[in-house]
Parts: sequence; structure tokens; C-alpha cells
Amino acid sequence: MITAVAEEKEHYLNASYGLKSWLLTKDHKRIGLLYLATITFFFFIGGAFATLIRLELLTPQGDLVSAETYNKLFTMHGVVMVFFFLIPSIPAVMGNFFLPMMIGARDLAFPRLNLLSWYLLVIGGLFAIFAMVAGGVDTGWTFYTPYSTTYSNTWVIATALGIFVAGFSSILTGLNFIVTVHRMRAPGMTWFRMPLFVWANYATAIIQVLGTPVLAVTIMLLFCERVFHIGLFDPALGGDPVLFQHLFWFYSHPAVYIMVLPGMGVISELIAVFSRKAVFGYAFVAFSSVAIAVLGFLVWGHHLFVSGQSLYAGMVFSFLSYFVAIPSAIKVFNWTATLYKGSISYATPMLYAFGFIGLFTIGGLTGLFVACLGIDVHVTDTYFVVAHFHYIMVGGTLMAYLGGLHYWWPKMTGRMYPEGWAKISALVIFLGFNLTFFPQFILGYLGMPRRYHVYPDEFQVLHVLSTAGASVLAVGYLMPMVYFIWSLKYGKVASANPWKAPGLEWQTASPPPVHNFDVMPVVRNEAYDFSTTVGEAVEVG
Amino acid sequence: MASEAHAIHGETLALREQFDTAAQQKDASSLGMWIFLVTEIMFFGGMFLAYTAYRSWYPDVFGAASRTLNATIGALNTAVLLCSSFTMVLAVRAGQLGRRKAVIVFLALTLILGLVFLGVKAFEWNEKFQEHHIPGPAFHLEGTPFQGHAQLFFSLYFAMTGLHALHMIIGAGLLIYLIVQTKRGIFSAEYYTPIDMVGLYWHFVDVIWIYLFPLLYLIDRHGPKA
Amino acid sequence: MSAQHIDSVKTYAWVWIALLILTGVTTGVAYIDLGPFSLPVALAIAVGKMLLVALFFMHVRHSNSLTKLVVLGGLMWLGILLLLSMADFVTRGWIRIPGK
Repeated sequence: MITAVAEEKEHYLNASYGLKSWLLTKDHKRIGLLYLATITFFFFIGGAFATLIRLELLTPQGDLVSAETYNKLFTMHGVVMVFFFLIPSIPAVMGNFFLPMMIGARDLAFPRLNLLSWYLLVIGGLFAIFAMVAGGVDTGWTFYTPYSTTYSNTWVIATALGIFVAGFSSILTGLNFIVTVHRMRAPGMTWFRMPLFVWANYATAIIQVLGTPVLAVTIMLLFCERVFHIGLFDPALGGDPVLFQHLFWFYSHPAVYIMVLPGMGVISELIAVFSRKAVFGYAFVAFSSVAIAVLGFLVWGHHLFVSGQSLYAGMVFSFLSYFVAIPSAIKVFNWTATLYKGSISYATPMLYAFGFIGLFTIGGLTGLFVACLGIDVHVTDTYFVVAHFHYIMVGGTLMAYLGGLHYWWPKMTGRMYPEGWAKISALVIFLGFNLTFFPQFILGYLGMPRRYHVYPDEFQVLHVLSTAGASVLAVGYLMPMVYFIWSLKYGKVASANPWKAPGLEWQTASPPPVHNFDVMPVVRNEAYDFSTTVGEAVEVG
Repeated sequence: MASEAHAIHGETLALREQFDTAAQQKDASSLGMWIFLVTEIMFFGGMFLAYTAYRSWYPDVFGAASRTLNATIGALNTAVLLCSSFTMVLAVRAGQLGRRKAVIVFLALTLILGLVFLGVKAFEWNEKFQEHHIPGPAFHLEGTPFQGHAQLFFSLYFAMTGLHALHMIIGAGLLIYLIVQTKRGIFSAEYYTPIDMVGLYWHFVDVIWIYLFPLLYLIDRHGPKA
Repeated sequence: MSAQHIDSVKTYAWVWIALLILTGVTTGVAYIDLGPFSLPVALAIAVGKMLLVALFFMHVRHSNSLTKLVVLGGLMWLGILLLLSMADFVTRGWIRIPGK
């Protein structure tokens, strides 16, 4: 019965057909799927670079690739993963798709701008791909001067322009989200009834809008110095390469929170729905997102501890860095408090949420190590740092991304993913991840520097472990790719609300109609009010 | 959608489908524009930081380099720009009142003043070329041994005024677009949001210049070589 | 949304004249030796001009509090960028360590 209804009903996927109906769409849901396809493509490119890096590090000698090629591999791995996967990942895919639905809007405030944002990401991506195909770039994803402006003979400008263009995609997405949250909420959807995912994306949008322009101007100045020899960072003229680092990290440290805050938003949703309890201390979790967004702008100098930055500035930045731990810890404690006496179900999204909490905690706590001026001098540019930020970026953001993708897949596609396979892959990813990156903490602590393709023999055992873990991880990532595509045709047809979740996005058909709701919702309940969710009974259509 | 007149209305007056009311649509546009201007503040902010850092390190050379700019021309050009802001705000006001002819006149005046500013700027840049004040191997500034530091000043001068001019050129393009749209009869006292938004943009670019003028032209006018 | 305010041409004209006068003042005062005060004076005049443009020409004085918050936020973040970076540039030479 439900199947028949779902098949006949018009929804955003069958409302129109053909390439044009996708490439010119203004529907936030379709644009979300365009982003999904785009960033999945980039994820596997970035993954391919990672695979080659890990293979090279199997042996202490440089027998697979030359030092120059290795430099290009880690640079392009970083560029692709940061700017073309992690930054757009959760906001551009799930934020695009679900933020308007969660606040009961028909679309984002500026749908055409939203489509333009996707095109900008694609154009930026094409620049980056051109650079990779033409010969690659070897400066590291940070583009430090004067190497990037004066000495490197690789495709610095093409890559940097790609990032510049993709940056505007990020800015416009943030602008769109802020205006949407302020101006498009359904009647009754007050600020403190908004799902925490919306709060997290709102806070992220603030960072995107305030931080990204500084990256843009930094790239522009780099461009001027490399092409026109307007040498603003050139030490030969009395310029200061550390100024480049200030400008770069003014964006790139908050960018860490662009990557992880939306993930925290996803986790708040998952923890609530799969323990069937309102998130403990809702207002604290909501405000902690905003607090992270603000505090994130005060700490960038901790990336410059050994750069020649003044020691006094270093002490100030070190001190301020600790404050970020407070809102982060509020989130972790409140999630665990939500679990307490909850009616927990171990569905796949919840497994990813557990993974996130554990791995993010490790990543966050090691962040305190490197925020400490004294310890950082010891571990700067070692694998300790590499492991630390992979625990946040991969263990945190990617776990949340996959958890969210599983959670919302039925709504996005109208099909269930295969639960058994999904559980196995979640487990494989968790094990593979830890096997890959935990040894890197030890390697780094023992003194293995990052960005080297050869190393002393005594580090080989740990490197082999890490590479073995990476192989497991790769299998783990390929599995969802396969079964998600499989589910599009063979998956069980999803009901409107398979998780019996209270969010507005579940109070409409799966997949949703073109304008999201048949009847525009009026909100009368607080967020995460499970007393009203009776699952199939609220079936729409 | 039936007649031509309806089609024009459909493009402009009618509410876009994601909004409930015209007020909501107008508020959203305005908020969006202001957020865009904040991104512009941060965009220029990176260069203001570079300026602040280097000026604090090399105050004397910056003063000497600044004295080679023509303050009189700079001040007059500032006045031109302020006049263009005045005509722009009058265009917005005419838009609020639905006076279409006045809108076109004031937009055209704004455009002309903007082009005058750009013309003067081009003249000034050309002068720098002839005086070898362009950063690069041929750079030379009289009267200071610190040629590198002086180059930093002129790098900043060209980057900042260049980016400002680029914004002016975009603004001029927007003005031409608005004039065409006004001639087509798109705007009315009920719907003049694009005029309002371009007005905000134009004034913002003006504000940037309000800072660039004293910071670049007037660093140290009473120094040894006035 | 508040009702639309339409300022008089006279108001705009006064603001315009004030802006031109301030431009003259900032140029003139630059030729007087104020020692360490020349930069603060120039900046104060620039801030004054910015306020005139923002409040009157950009209608901030009629805008809702959210718009005002957005503007203030933008300026505050510019302040963060300048302040924390300058904390480095100003104190760089305070400790004499070779290579620092």
C-alpha cells in the first residue's frame, strides 16, 4: 500500500527528467545531490593520493616514488581533501538538503545563488584537476611563501586559483544559510526550537562568511607576488613570510571548525533520535556551536609557534587556544548525558555517532597537547600533528558525514540502505581508521617528521601497521559506495519516517515533494519532542 | 504569464516562490547584501593588515614614499567619489518615490562621476610608471637607501587602489545594468530593491576609499621633503 | 520590517557637505606636524566620514538591529585580525634570540 503510494506520488526526483533539469535546477535538494556526486568524486581522488602516500611509506627507502613526486602527492591529497571534500561536505550536501526542510522552508533564501555556488565549486575543482593533470603542485596545502612564490616550479597558480574560486562557493553557501535561518523559518519555529544541526550549520556559515574572504585576499596577494612580482611577502624587500602565515591561518584555523562543526550538528541529531531523548542541555549545545565559531578566530597563531612569530604572541595564542576546549567538551559531555537512560538503538548511524564521540575526543585532547607552546615545539611538523588532525577531520567529520548520510539516505532517495552491510562497514571503518592513525601518534612522538618519503629503519613497524590500516579503511569506504548505489534500485522502499524521528524533515514524504511539504508546517513543539512521534502514523501522502 | 506585461511582472514584482511575503523577500535581500559587504570588509582587511604591519615596521620610508603621491589630486578625487555617493543616494531616494526619470538622471550622474574617478586614477598610475615607482627590477625611489621597503609601500599602493578600482568598475557595470532596467520600467515605488542594493555596494566602495586616501596619500606631509 | 523611511534631500545635502569639509580638513591637517597624533587624527576623521556614509547614505540609522549587528560584527572581526596579528608584529623584536 505504502509502496504503491510512494511510487505514484510526484516528488523532487521524478518531477522532471533530463540533464538540463539537473544542471539548471534551483531546488536545494537536487543541488544537494549535485554536491554529493561532486565531493564523492573528489573524495576518491584524494583517497587515491593517500593510498600512494601510504604505499610509499611501507618501506624506509624511497622505492615507489621520488621525493618530488611524494611532495606533490601529499600536497594534492591535502588540497583535494580540505578544499574540495571536507569544507563542502556536510554543509553543502546535508545542509543544503535538510536545513530548509528542518526549519520548515520551501527552499533556501537565494536558490539561484545556491546553484551558482555549486558551479563555483566545480569550476574551482576543474582548476585543481587541471593542475594535477598538468604536473601537480608541491608546496604543501598551506602554500607557504617564499617557496610558493619564488622557488616552486609546479602548478601553484592553477591550484591556488581553484581554491580561490571554490572559496567563493563556500562564502555564498554560508551567506545563503545565514539569511535562510534568519528569514525563512516556519511559523512557530523559534530559535530555540531549531534542530541542533541547524544551529551548527548557522555557526559554520558565520565562519565561512568571516574567514574565507581573508583566504581569498591571501591567495590574491600570493598570485600578485608570483606573477607580477609585487612582493608583499618577499624577505629580500623587507617583507615578511610570517605575514602570509598569519593571513593563511586566520582563515585556515577557523576552517577546521567549518569542517567539524556541521559534523557535531549531525551527531546531535543522531544521538537524540537513536536514544529517543531530547539532547541534554539543548541551549548549551546550541550556544557552544556559536562559541566555537567565535573562539576559533582567536587562536590561529598556534600554527605559527616555530615560524619566527614573536614569543609573546605565541603565549597569547597558546593561552587562547585552550578556551576552544570548553565548548567542545560541553558538546561531548552533553551527548553522553543524553545517552544516559536513553532507549538506545544500535542502528548504523548511531554506530558512526559513537565512533565520532570517541575519535573526536582523542583528536580534541591531543589538540591540547599541540596548543601548549612547550610541547608543540617538540612535536611540530611530526606525525603527532598528522595523527591529531586526522582524528578530527577523518575520525570526526568523516564519521559524522557517513553517519548523516546513512541517517538521511531514506529521505534523500526513498530507499533504505542494507543495514547488515552498513553495520559491517561502520565497524571496518572504525577499526581501519584507528589502525591507520594511532601508530602515527607514536611515530610522531618518537620524532618522525611529516612530509618525508624516507625514514630510519626503526620506524618501519609502525609505518607498516599504518599502511595496513589504510588498506582496511579503503575497503571500508568502498563498501558504502557500492551498497548505496545498489540500494537505489534494490533497497527496501523507505517510509516517510523510518526512524520515528521528530524533525520536520521526517514529517513529509520520502523522497520529499518539490516544495518539501504538501502543507506548510506550523511548529508547536520543542526540538526533539519524542512524545509526538508515532512513526508510520504520521505518514504523509 | 499570459501577456508580455505579465511576464515582466512575473520576473520582478511577483514574489519568488520560496518567500511568503514581499517584506520577507526584501528583508532577505537586504540581509544578504549586508553579509556580502562584511565579506568585503574582511577581503580588504587582509591588505589593511599588511599595510599596518609594514607601516609600523618602516614608518620613515612609508612617509617618504607617500610624499611622492599627489595629495591635491587625491583629495579632489576623494571629493568626486563623495559626490557620486551623494548622487547615488538621491537615485535610491527617487527609486523609493517611484520617480523613474530622476532615477535615471541620478544613476547616470553617479556613473559619470565614477568614471571620472577611474580616469584620474588611471592618470596617476600612468605617472607612477614614468617615475619608476612600479615594484620590480626597474624600481627606484629618490632619497632613501631602503628601496625594498619603498617597494613594499608601492606594492600595497597598487594592490589596494587596484582592488578598489576593480570594485569601482564592477559598480559601474551594475549602474549601467540598473539604468537599462529602469528604462525598461522594471522598478516602482513598491519594488526598487536592486537600486537599493547597488546603492549599498557603491557607498561601501566609497567607504574603503575614505580610508585609503589618508592611509596612502597623507602619511607624512610635513616631513623633510614636502 | 519597519516602515520605510524617506529622508529629505536637505538631510543628504548636509551630509554630503560635511563629507567634503572633512576631506578638506584631513588633507589640511596632514600638513601640520602633530607628531604622534597625526595618524589618530587622520583615522578619527576617516571613522567620522564612514559613520556619516553608513548611517545616512546606507540608511543604517533606520535599519533593524540585525543589520546593525552584522555591521558591528564585520568591524569587530576586522579588529580581531588586526589586533592579534599586530600582537606579533609589534612584539617581534622584544626578545633578542638569534634567528627570531
